[in-house]
Amino acid sequence: MWRTTWRNLLAHKLRLAFSGLAIVLGVAFVSGTMIFTDTLNRTFTALFESTAADVSVHPAAAFATGVTGPGGGVDRLPSAVVGQVRAVDGVAAAEGYVRTEGVYVLDQDGEVLDTGGAPGVGISWFEERALSPSELVDGRAPEREGEVALDRATAERTGYAVGDRVSLLTPGPRVEAVVVGVFTFGEDGGLAGASLTAFDLGTAQAMLGLGDEFTGIDVRTAQGNPDEQVRDRIAAAVGDDYDVTTAQEQADERAAALEEGLSFITVLLTAFAGIALFVGSFIILNTFSMLVAQRTRELALLRALGAGRGQVTRSVLVEALVLGVTGSTLGVLGGFGIASALRAMFSTFGLTLDGGLVLSASTVAWSYAVGVLVTLVAAYLPARRAAATPPVAAMREDHVTVERSLRRRTLVGTVATVVGVTGLVGSFLVDGGTAAQLVGIGGLGLVLAVIALSPVLARPFARSVGAVLPRLWGTTGHLARQNAQRNPRRIAATASALMVGLALVTAFSILGASANASVDKLIGTSLRADFVVSTAVGQPFTPEVAERLRSVDSVDAVTQVRFGSALLADEETLIAAVDDTTLDRTLGLDYSDGGSAELAGSGLLVDQPTADRHGWAVGDTVEMVTPTGQAAELTVGGIFASNQAVAPALVSLETFTATGGSDLDRYLYLDVADGAEQSVRSAVQAAIDPYPVVTLKDRDEFADEQKGQVDQILMLINALLVLSVLIAVLGIVNTLAMSVLERTREIGLLRAIGMTREQLRRTVRLESVLISVYGSVLGLLLGGLLGVSLTRALSDQGISELVVPGVRLALFLALGALIGVLAAVWPARRAARMEVLDAIATA
Amino acid sequence: MTTVQQATTAADALAAAHTYAARGAALTKVYGHGDTRVVALDDVDVDFRRGEFTAIMGPSGSGKSTLMHCMAGLDGLTSGQAWIGETAIGGLDDKGLTRLRRDKVGFIFQAFNLLPTLTALENITLPMDIAGRTPDRAWLDGVIDAVGLRERLGHRPTELSGGQQQRVACARALASRPDIIFADEPTGNLDSRSGASVLAFLRTSVREMGQTVVMVTHDPSAASYADRVLFLADGRIVDEMLAPTADRVLERMKAFDTAGRVATKEI
Repeated sequence: MWRTTWRNLLAHKLRLAFSGLAIVLGVAFVSGTMIFTDTLNRTFTALFESTAADVSVHPAAAFATGVTGPGGGVDRLPSAVVGQVRAVDGVAAAEGYVRTEGVYVLDQDGEVLDTGGAPGVGISWFEERALSPSELVDGRAPEREGEVALDRATAERTGYAVGDRVSLLTPGPRVEAVVVGVFTFGEDGGLAGASLTAFDLGTAQAMLGLGDEFTGIDVRTAQGNPDEQVRDRIAAAVGDDYDVTTAQEQADERAAALEEGLSFITVLLTAFAGIALFVGSFIILNTFSMLVAQRTRELALLRALGAGRGQVTRSVLVEALVLGVTGSTLGVLGGFGIASALRAMFSTFGLTLDGGLVLSASTVAWSYAVGVLVTLVAAYLPARRAAATPPVAAMREDHVTVERSLRRRTLVGTVATVVGVTGLVGSFLVDGGTAAQLVGIGGLGLVLAVIALSPVLARPFARSVGAVLPRLWGTTGHLARQNAQRNPRRIAATASALMVGLALVTAFSILGASANASVDKLIGTSLRADFVVSTAVGQPFTPEVAERLRSVDSVDAVTQVRFGSALLADEETLIAAVDDTTLDRTLGLDYSDGGSAELAGSGLLVDQPTADRHGWAVGDTVEMVTPTGQAAELTVGGIFASNQAVAPALVSLETFTATGGSDLDRYLYLDVADGAEQSVRSAVQAAIDPYPVVTLKDRDEFADEQKGQVDQILMLINALLVLSVLIAVLGIVNTLAMSVLERTREIGLLRAIGMTREQLRRTVRLESVLISVYGSVLGLLLGGLLGVSLTRALSDQGISELVVPGVRLALFLALGALIGVLAAVWPARRAARMEVLDAIATA
Repeated sequence: MTTVQQATTAADALAAAHTYAARGAALTKVYGHGDTRVVALDDVDVDFRRGEFTAIMGPSGSGKSTLMHCMAGLDGLTSGQAWIGETAIGGLDDKGLTRLRRDKVGFIFQAFNLLPTLTALENITLPMDIAGRTPDRAWLDGVIDAVGLRERLGHRPTELSGGQQQRVACARALASRPDIIFADEPTGNLDSRSGASVLAFLRTSVREMGQTVVMVTHDPSAASYADRVLFLADGRIVDEMLAPTADRVLERMKAFDTAGRVATKEI
């Protein structure tokens, strides 16, 4: 029996390779996603774990803020606390340190070293070696002002060595220093692309204006004292003003935040893995059905010779097992490819992952489980059918596929449609997060509905849309249309892969086009400034830039914009701090009451939704609490229409600074004298030249920069489209190959009575196009609904415009038809090459 | 292997085409090489007169199906030449052969003659539809009435009985007014009554519509509907019988059986 199994596998190499390919792709998506996530976690966990000592102490935030880094203000921790911590039982060593972002090394051309969006971090050098995550590999530690040490990756990339002079941008003034040391960081020296610059403690404190204060304290616990115990004791000693966390807690927190931030990509990849496996199982089901059908006589003979049912089932299942294991193995390898492609893609977005890819045991286990299970389940039905072959079947000719009723499909599909439509309609009635959730539920419902209903819809589609085929191509068109109606389940399953892929891409295209249109509208209506100065990825920069720009001739107004988070009437709100004196000249907000004049001092401007939510009117007093715990009484001075260029609430720079806000700018809006836009540009550029981290953009350039980010995400999605298309093509090729095989005698008959090879090829091709267009149309409709609903649900996120990119969607439809043509190439050739006599003789 | 050169001038061919719907000269078909070499047709000369109903008979393996396939352009010859009307098959490429089958030849197979997705009428007009020609309405009506299927034209093959399906196949073979119709055991899968009606129709098409029919069969009573019967054995035409009856054909076939048994015993 085993020998038969093995011979069969070898005899059908091509067809098996073909169905195996779908499994390979499906498993590759699954393992690729897992490998990438693990690699990401490893890199960041390593970074955090080596950053954090056993226990860390930080100033407690007044509330958990979503805004981290310099935007949230500077942590301040008095030096006396270090003494308190040292005195705690179980503390082996404790040292205060300074750590800040916004420190950039300029390379030898005076350009900011490209960290690809990763932070430029400045730290104070730890005196206590046991606490230091850094290891000197060259030179010595920085000891006084004018000395720095660089991490090895940064040194290598810039070409600096011990003894070289470097220029640094800091949150304070620009700094010139000598490199005295090069160090590695953490266990494998990886920093995920971030650059690290070490100063002596005094210099670091001076840079941030901290006096003798620190931004945090790192603690090493004594042997025999669990981190958790020491943490609790320190917490008791220093009181509620400080957060005390173990290294593990910090790592977990960051990892969780990271996972959430990347959930979008994980969900997308999982969706594509799902499509691939769905198509894969379907292809395997088809393939094994074909193999079993072809071998009916052989199986019947085996049965007649005394093979039991179980033996026949097992022999088919073992073939599937071999296929599943082989496919999964190749899939895991393919997963490496996908993960490294993702890594490359992410590095262009600014997230550099050092070190090798992580292949964990659970990734391998899952990949094999998914691959093998899907293959076995898909092969089970044909295996059962094989076992049921009666010994007399050797004499019978036709294996008629019994068409099952579509009633259950219709029922399930109808219920899912109701859920989906309710969700989408409901999303139009509410706003914010609830709307997005409803779109999610509605979308899922509709996808299921379409998958369930597509066999039901396939015939009406082929009948109605397919009616053009006979008109354009006569008999071949007529036959193609008739053939497409023969097995609606198979057609629907084939089209589904294309449907889901295209639906996702369509939805995101609509969302992307709408987002871009919204950027244009926003900049067109509310940006009065002639120029914008900012960093490429929204990092904060020193206010010195603004000072220098104010002294440039013809620059009439410079508006500094900073961002932070605060509690307004106990609700966490994103706030923007702006220059109240110049606001009206650079940003045109649409006030329904009050105006920017009321912002000065302790004024507060809020947008309409925020005012409505709280029932605020001009003149009301609102309490603001910042993350540092400082509070201020503010007076509502104006209410404006929601505007994505700013935040829901605006305060003056004065208020922001007084309540512990960061003194780094995020954006500068420049208004220059009328007519001087061209002539002043070079002077403005010259003023910011010493700060290579910031760039100057006019209105159009600024709009392009904003849109560029949207386009990058669209590109990522389109890259995935290519993969989903490949999978869809496999499905269509498989279905057509199966149909051609089943219709061998029909093909023989057609050729005998005078159909040319080209006509036969065209018949297969047209059927294929009909299937792919069916999938595309379903996908476009579904994606269109989802895209419109999603755009609407995100309207309070700044996507105010709704644009349906008609040309792009028409291209998708054309692409769908092209896929049909391409998928038909091989099956059509097979059909045309059949020898007439052999085809007729096939029983 | 010898190649038989056929020195027939164009004028001869034309003259012959008036008399014969199809001809074969020195037809030879060899399958395989060396030990597995089988001569299916051994230097056969044959002609089919216009308006004649010919039955080809012979024991299994006598080459009767091969003869039909080679005459109809479904299979290539090792040597020799065959003509349909004035067209020499040997010189045609696949495209030419396809066109020949479409325009000049009608086919009726033992089973699976019809496309399941098409109605009876669509099946009947299929060769003309493939060619992009409009059927001759009056002729088509005549054919449909002759097979007696006017009521069932809109039905799919699965909704027709076996006999009805074969009659649709007959109508299809006739509809394009081919030079010749080849029927391969057309009644092999039918009960005797359905078979009789199909055979009666074929004879009518020859007698009243002037068609030419060549039928391969092993059933003596089917052969009795023909105008003449050719007997094949071991790839050669060994006998010919005009105005056959079922009994006479049966007698002749028994002689083959005896000869076969004698031959087997001799080995």
